[in-house]
Amino acid sequence: MNVRSQIAMVFHLDKCIGCHTCSIACKNIWTDREGAEYMWWNNVETKPGTGFPTRWEDQDTYRGGWEVKEGKLRLRSANKGYVLGKIFHNPAQPSIDEYYEPWTYRYQDLFNAPEGSDQPIARPVSKITGKEIAIEAGPNWDDDLGGSPVYAENDPNLDSLSEEQREQLFAIERLVMFYFPRICNHCLNPSCVAACPSGAIYKRGEDGIVLIDQTRCRGWRACVSACPYKKVFFNWKTGKSEKCLLCFPRLETGQAPACFHSCVGRIRYLGVLLYDADRIEEVALSSDENLIEAHRSMILDPHDPQVIRQAQSNGVHDSVIESAQKSPVYQFVKVWKMALPPHIEFRTLPMLFYVPPMSPVMSMRKGDVLTQSDQGLFHEIDNARVPMQYLAKLFGAGHDAKVRYALKKQMAIRSYRRAVTVGDIEPHIADQMLREADCTPAEAEAIYKLTSLCTFEERFVIPPMHREEALEMMEDPMDHKRETGFGVMDKPMRGS
Amino acid sequence: MSTDLKWIRDTSNPSERKWEEFYRNRWQHDKVIRSTHGVNCTGGCSWQIYVKDGIVTWEMQALDYPMLANGVPPYEPRGCQRGISFSWYLYSPIRVKYPYVRGALIDLWKAARAKHEDPVEAWRSLVEDETARKRWQTARGKGGLRRADWETVLEIIAASTIHTIKKHGPDRIVGFSPIPAMSMISFASGARFLQLLGGTFLSFYDWYSDLPPASPEVFGEQTDVQESADWYNAKFLAVMGSNLNMTRTPDCHFAAEARHNGTKMVVFAPDFNQVAKYADEWLAVNAGQDGAWWMAVNHVLLKEFHHEQQVPYFLDYAKKFTDGPLLVELKEENGVHEAGQLLRADRIDRYSKEENGQWKFLVWDRAENRVKMPLGSVGFRWGKEKGKWNLQPKDGMDGSAIDMELTLLNSRDDVASVRLDDFAEGKSIVRQVPVKHIKLADGSTVTVTTVYDIMMAHFGVSRGLGGEYSSSYDDDLPYTPAWSEKFTGLGREAVIRFAREWGRTAEKTNGKCTVIIGAGINHWYHANLMYRGPITALMLCGCVGVNGGGLAHYVGQEKLAPQESWSAIAFGKDWHGPSRLQNAPSWHYVNTDQWRYEKAFTDYHTVPMRQPKDSLAQGHTMDTQIRAVRSGWLPFYPQFDKNNLDVAKEAQQAGAKTDQEVGAYIAGQLKNKKLKFSVEDPDAPSNWPRLWFIWRGNALMASAKGHEYFLKHYLGTHHNSISSEELAKDSVKEVAWHEVAPKGKMDLVVDLNFRMDTSALYSDIILPAATWYEKADLNSTDMHSFVHPLSPAVPPCWQSKTDWQIFRSIARKVSELSERHFPEPVADVVASPLSHDSPAEIAQPQMLDWSKGECEPIPGKTMPSFGVVMRDYRNLYNQYNSLGPRVREKGLGAHGTHYQCADFYDQMVATGPVKNWGGKTYPSISEDKEVCNTILHLASVSNGELAYRSYKNIEEKVGLPLAHLAEKMRSVRMTYEGLQTRPHRVLNSPMWSGLVEDGRPYSPFTYNVENQVPWRTLTGRQHFYLDHPAYIQFGEHVPTFKPKPLPTQYADLTFSVKAGKTKMLNYLTPHGKWHIHSTYGDTERMMTLSRGIEPFWINDKDAEEISVNDNDWVEVHNDNGVVVTRAAVSARIPRGVCIQYHSPERTLSVPRSPLRGNKRAGGHNSLTRTRLKPNLMVGGYGQFTFHLNYWGPVGCNRDTHVLVRKLPELNW
Repeated sequence: MNVRSQIAMVFHLDKCIGCHTCSIACKNIWTDREGAEYMWWNNVETKPGTGFPTRWEDQDTYRGGWEVKEGKLRLRSANKGYVLGKIFHNPAQPSIDEYYEPWTYRYQDLFNAPEGSDQPIARPVSKITGKEIAIEAGPNWDDDLGGSPVYAENDPNLDSLSEEQREQLFAIERLVMFYFPRICNHCLNPSCVAACPSGAIYKRGEDGIVLIDQTRCRGWRACVSACPYKKVFFNWKTGKSEKCLLCFPRLETGQAPACFHSCVGRIRYLGVLLYDADRIEEVALSSDENLIEAHRSMILDPHDPQVIRQAQSNGVHDSVIESAQKSPVYQFVKVWKMALPPHIEFRTLPMLFYVPPMSPVMSMRKGDVLTQSDQGLFHEIDNARVPMQYLAKLFGAGHDAKVRYALKKQMAIRSYRRAVTVGDIEPHIADQMLREADCTPAEAEAIYKLTSLCTFEERFVIPPMHREEALEMMEDPMDHKRETGFGVMDKPMRGS
Repeated sequence: MSTDLKWIRDTSNPSERKWEEFYRNRWQHDKVIRSTHGVNCTGGCSWQIYVKDGIVTWEMQALDYPMLANGVPPYEPRGCQRGISFSWYLYSPIRVKYPYVRGALIDLWKAARAKHEDPVEAWRSLVEDETARKRWQTARGKGGLRRADWETVLEIIAASTIHTIKKHGPDRIVGFSPIPAMSMISFASGARFLQLLGGTFLSFYDWYSDLPPASPEVFGEQTDVQESADWYNAKFLAVMGSNLNMTRTPDCHFAAEARHNGTKMVVFAPDFNQVAKYADEWLAVNAGQDGAWWMAVNHVLLKEFHHEQQVPYFLDYAKKFTDGPLLVELKEENGVHEAGQLLRADRIDRYSKEENGQWKFLVWDRAENRVKMPLGSVGFRWGKEKGKWNLQPKDGMDGSAIDMELTLLNSRDDVASVRLDDFAEGKSIVRQVPVKHIKLADGSTVTVTTVYDIMMAHFGVSRGLGGEYSSSYDDDLPYTPAWSEKFTGLGREAVIRFAREWGRTAEKTNGKCTVIIGAGINHWYHANLMYRGPITALMLCGCVGVNGGGLAHYVGQEKLAPQESWSAIAFGKDWHGPSRLQNAPSWHYVNTDQWRYEKAFTDYHTVPMRQPKDSLAQGHTMDTQIRAVRSGWLPFYPQFDKNNLDVAKEAQQAGAKTDQEVGAYIAGQLKNKKLKFSVEDPDAPSNWPRLWFIWRGNALMASAKGHEYFLKHYLGTHHNSISSEELAKDSVKEVAWHEVAPKGKMDLVVDLNFRMDTSALYSDIILPAATWYEKADLNSTDMHSFVHPLSPAVPPCWQSKTDWQIFRSIARKVSELSERHFPEPVADVVASPLSHDSPAEIAQPQMLDWSKGECEPIPGKTMPSFGVVMRDYRNLYNQYNSLGPRVREKGLGAHGTHYQCADFYDQMVATGPVKNWGGKTYPSISEDKEVCNTILHLASVSNGELAYRSYKNIEEKVGLPLAHLAEKMRSVRMTYEGLQTRPHRVLNSPMWSGLVEDGRPYSPFTYNVENQVPWRTLTGRQHFYLDHPAYIQFGEHVPTFKPKPLPTQYADLTFSVKAGKTKMLNYLTPHGKWHIHSTYGDTERMMTLSRGIEPFWINDKDAEEISVNDNDWVEVHNDNGVVVTRAAVSARIPRGVCIQYHSPERTLSVPRSPLRGNKRAGGHNSLTRTRLKPNLMVGGYGQFTFHLNYWGPVGCNRDTHVLVRKLPELNW
C-alpha cells in the first residue's frame, strides 16, 4: 500500500444552474491575456451538446486517454515515438476551429466615427489577426441547446442512438438539458503527464495537482492530444502549454480555487482523498463495467489506523490526514457512492466526481394536449427526461447501475425529507424507499444537510499546505519572509 | 508502482518547483475592498474588489454574510457571471473617460457664445432658431461626437436649464434614472437636483413593466416579497414567468436546496428554459395563457378544499384576512343580477351616522344573525377616531365579536341569478348565488351575497344551486380543467393533480406554497389578471403572510430598504413641499406620440358587452389618460399649457395667497378653459418636454418600448417605424389633433454614463460617470435582507465623477447663472394627483367628471391638488449640499408610517460635518459618503430607535401593541463604514410587511397576519373582489380570464409586407443570460460566452420552413421597426414563438436592413411599443390611488408579433 493524498472534487450536477460564473472567475485571474484568450480552464457545457472544443468526447477523432492493448495500458495517442514523429502535424490535435477564434469589437468607432448619414456600430474583429471576423464558433456556442439540430443532436454520447431515437429526444415530450461544468480532473493516471516528451508535466506529491512547468515546457503539445478531456491548452504567445492549476496559490493560502469559491449554485465540494498509488495500473486495466468500483476501491478509509500509519510513513502530514477525515468528497464518493467520475473509460482515473442530475418527468401527448407521464408527487427515475443510458455514457462507462444507484438515493432522500417536513408521504413508505436505495435515515439526514445546508467550510475542506516546510527545503523561511516579492518581473514571452 | 507510471514525483528537488511562482505572482494583490453592482438585477451581491498596482484586477464574491435562522441554507456566495465580469469595464475601450458633446451642437454653441456674453441668451438664440435646432437633432445617433471639457458642457446644460425654466417652466425639464435601490445615492443625485429645481421625475418600476398591478389591486402594496432564503421554507414551488437560473442567479440554489429537502417544484414556461431543468414537472404552457391554468386550479381548489372538504385553516384564513365574507350588492335587471359594489355601512340604519361610513363595509354575523361592520377598513384608517384600524373580528361600532359568515349558502333568504362574463367566448353565463335581502336606511331593500359566494359562482363550483354550473371537470364550461386545455395546451389531469398537490401541501403545512413569478408574465397586456389567478390560489389556501408561502414576484430591484430618509433626500422633501413625480408609462405613451399609432383599445381589449353610457371601458386610451389627469387619478407634467411660474404669478395677482386660494383660482381657470392641462394637447410646442437628463439607465434603448417612436418624436432623428401616425385620428375625442406629429420635441438630451451605450450614442452631451468600483453608495434588494455598500476601490478614473458630484456641479452652475436670471426666489405651482397612504384614498366613492358637470372641480378631491413652492435658484447649490430643515420639523415616514427625528438631526448638526450658509447650519450631504451615512442614520431599518418610534406611531392608528417588534433592535445604528466591514441585516420596521428578527427569513405580510395589522386596501383585507366602478365596467372585479390580443387586433403588422419566405411569430423578450438588461451585454466576456451577438431564438421546424439555419442572419420586422441579427435555432423554443433576450445594444454588430432602405437596424425595442391598460388609471379609491411606481398603467410590450425572414444580403 502506497498511500498518497490528493485534493479531489465533487460537482453536484443537480444543483448546477449553468451560469458560468466559475468560468469567469478562472478567466479573470488566469487566462485573460494574449495567447490565452481562447483557453477556458473551467468551462460549462450544456448537455446534450458537443462541448468545448467541439466533440471533445469523441476519442476516435482526438485519440485522448488510455486504451488497453494486449493487457497493457497504452496512450491512445500512441507511444512517445509516435508523438515525437508527429509533433509538427498532429491530426488528432484540435485546431482553432474546434476551439474558436477569439474576438473583440471595434468599440472605439462609437466614440470616433465622424458624423454620417446613419448610426455607427462596433464591428467584431479577431483578437488574433485584428481583422473583421464572421463569428461562427465560441467556447460556449451551443449553450442552452442553441443550434440543437447541429450540436445537441451530434453529442458523441448519442452516437449509439438511431436518428429516430435522437429526434425523439428533441421532441417536447422528452426535451431536456442540463449543465456539465468541467475543469482539469487532476487524474491519478494522467495521460498528459505520460505523453509529455519534455517531462515538464508532473503531479504534485503533496496534493496531486497536475502542473505544467512553464520553464521546462517546450510546446510539443502531446499533452493537448493525450488529455481526453481536452483540458490542456497551447499558449500561442508563450509557446507553452497551460492548464488548470486548481488555483494552487489560493489553496496554499487556505482559499478554495476561484471556480469553487465563486460557484453560486453551491454545487462544488473539495477535500482530500487518500488513495493507494500502487493500484493505479491494476485499476486502470479493469473492464469498463468494473472501472467505477475499482476506482472507488483505491480510495482509502482515512480513519483506518493502517492507512493512517502508511500515510504517515509516506510523509503525509497529520493535519492532511485529519483533513481527509473531514473530506466531503470522501463522503460523496466513497461512503454514499453518489458521485461518479466522468468518462472513466478514458482510464485516466479522474479525481473530479459528479453527482448525476435529476430531471423533470417526461410528458405525454394526449390528443391536442400535453400531460405528465407519472402520477406520483415525485416521479420514478426511469420517467425522467434525461435518459438513463445517456447518463450512463457520461458517468458509467456505458453501464447504468452506478448512475441508477445515485439517482435513486437522491429521490429517496427527497421523499424522506418530504415525509419529515410535510407528512403527505407516510413515514413507513419513506423508510422503505430509503431501504431500497441502500440508505438509512441517518445517512439521508447527512446527505441532505451536506447538499442543502452546507456552509463554505463544509463544502471546502482545504488541508493545511505547510508552505513553511516546503520553502524550508530551499531557503530559511525567515529569509523568505524578509525578501519575498523583491525583484522585477517580466511578462512571459515565447522562448523564455 | 509500475515502472510505466512514474509521474507522481516527490518534492525531492524543490528548486525544480520554483517556477510555480509564475502563477503565485499573478495571484498576489495589494488591496481588497467591498463593493457591489448597481445594475437592477436584484442580486445585491456583496463583492470583494481586488486591486493590484492601483488597478482593479478582478472581483470575487464576499462570503461573510451572517447566517439566518438555523436550518436555512446560507447566502454565500452571491454573485453571477455578469457581476464577476464587471472589472472589464473600468479600463475598457467602451469606457466614457471624458465629457463628450455632439459636434453639430458644439459648433453652433461656440458661434452663439461668440455672439452672446450671457450663456442663457446663447442657448435661447439656438433653440429659437429652428434650422439650428434641427441641425443637431437630425445628427443624433449618427456619430460626430467631440471630446469636451467639463466647464463647457456644464455651461450648456445650465444655460439650457435656466432658459427652459424662464420660457416654458421648470416642469419641462425631465429626469430619468431607474431603480434607486441598486445605487441609491447615485439615483438621488439627479432626482434631488430636479426636485429642488421644480423639474419632473419619471417613474421606472411601472414603465419597466416590473410593477405587478395585481399587487396594489389585491394587497394595496407596490410589491413586497419574500427574500430568496424563504423559498427554502416552501414545500411547493410553482415557478412561472421567472427564470431563476437566468435572473435570480445568486438565489437559485435555495430552490435546488429546497427540492432536496422534499419540496416539489413545478415550472411553467412555453420554452424548455433554464429553470425547467430543475423542476419535477415542466408544464409547457402556451405563451401568455398561464391565466387559464390558474382559473382551473382555483376551480378545483374551491370545489375540493372549500366546498366538498372544508379545510378549517383555509376557511378561517379567508374570514380573517380576505374580503371573502364582505357583502356585495346585486343589482337586478330583467330577473338577472349583476354583481356591484360592496355594500357600504352607511346605507344601513344602524351605521348611517358612522364617520366615513361610505368607506366601511359589512358582513353577515352568524351568531347574531345580522349584519355587522368589521374593523380595519380604509374608513377606520382615515377617521378621526384612532385605534380601530385593525383586523380583530369585532364590530366597529359596539365592539361586539363577529362570527363572520363566509358563504350565505346555509343562511340564505333566497337565491339570485347572477350574470358573469366569459371573455374567451365573448358571452355571458348565468349562475345562481345564495342571497340575503337587507333593509336599508332609506327603507328600500337590497339583495346581497358575499364575495366568497360570487367567487364560487364565478369559478363555476356547483353547490346545488341553479344555472350553468359544471357537473364534472370534463365539462367545457368556464373555468373547469377541461375548459383550460384549449388555452394552455396542457391536459386536464395535470391541472387536477397540480391543484390537489397544492391544496394538500398547504393544508398539511398551513400555507407553505409559493409562487415565484416574474417578467415572463408581467409583460403581457393582461398581466394583472394573470397574476390574480395564482394570488387567488394562494389566498384560498392561506399562503400569504406565512414563511414559505405567498407570491414571490421578482421583477426589478424595487426594494429600497431605508426609504424614509432616502426619499426625503432624493425628492428634495427636506426643502420643499410637493414633488413632481410622473408615471413614465403615461408620459412616454403621450409624449412619444405612441397613442397616435393605435385606435380604440377595445380593438384588442375584450370588455363586457353591456356597458353604461360614458363607461370607462370604451374609447381611446389617450382620452382615458386625459380623464385620469383631470380627475386627479394620475399626474401629468408638464402640467399646464402655460409656464407654472406665470400661473403662480397670475394667481397671486388675482389675490390668491394660501395654497387653498391658489387651488381654487386654478380650478376656476381650468373649469372656464382659460387654462388647460398639457396632456390635452401634447403635440403643441408649448407642451413639449424640452430637456432630458438620463443617468443609471438606458432610457432610449433597453427600456424604451417603442424605441423607434422615441427616435422619431423625442429626438427627431432617423427611425424605422412604418406605421401611420394618423391611426388614432377618428377614435380620439378629447385630445387635440395635429395633422402632423412633431418630430424632435427635446431640445437637449444629457446622459451620464460610464459606457457608450445606445442612450449615450444618441444623446447630445455625455458626462463620464464613475463606475461602481469608484464611488460610495448603498444598495438594497428584496432578494435578501442586507444593505450593501458600494465603495471606491480606486478613485473615479480619467475625468469621470460620481453621479452625486456631477449633479452637484450642475447645481453649482445653475446657481451661478441664477445670480443674473433669478436673483430672487420665485413661486412655482405644483399639481399633484390624489395620493395613496393619504386621506385622498377616500376621495372618490364614485367616478364623477367635473368637466362634464357631474361634480364641482375641487382640488384634492375631484381633481389634482395644487400647492405653491418657492424656488430659490441662487441657493440651489447650497440646498443640494445641505439636509434641509423640513426633516427636523416634520419628521419622516413612508408607506403610511411616521416618526420624529429632530434629536438625530440635531446630533448631526452637533457632530458634523455641516454646511453653514444664510446664517444657518445644516448637516452636510455634499459628499457621497455623507449622504450614505445620513440615510442610514435617519431610516427605521438601520436606526433601531426610529423603528421603535415608527411602531409606536402606528400603534395609535391600529390600537394594538406593535412596538415590541423593535424592542430588541432599539440600540442598533448602522453606518456606512460598518457595512463596509460586514453585511448587516435590516431591522424590523412597520414600513415593510415582513419580519426578520432572530434570523427569520423575510416573508411579506407576516407582520399583518401575526399582528392583525390591516393591508393598506379599501377593506384592510386582501381582495379577491375589486369593486371599483371601472373594474366592474371592465369585468375585472373578479379574478378572471381574458384572451390575449390577436395579432390582427393588435395591429403591429398592418403595414408590414412579407418579402420572400416569411413567418409570423409571437415575439418575446425575456431577461437574458449574458446581460443585466443592457449592461454587461457589450463586454467581451459575455459576448464570448454567448455567440458574439444577442441572437434570435427560433424553433428548428419554424426555421426550416423559412430555410434558416443556425447562425444565419435574419431580418425581423413589424410596423414599429426592424432587427437584424443571427438565428439561434433550437428545439427548446416552441413553435410560433421567438425570443430575443432583453436587451442588446444596437451599437454592437448590427448590420443594415434591406427592408428599410439599408438603414441601420435597431434593437429589441425597435419591434415593441407600449399599450396602456385603461382600468389601471383610476384613482382616489382605496388601494386604487396613485403613488409613484405603485399605481398606474404599466409599460407592457409582450403581445406583439413579428415577421421573420432570412437576411438576403449582409450589409454593414
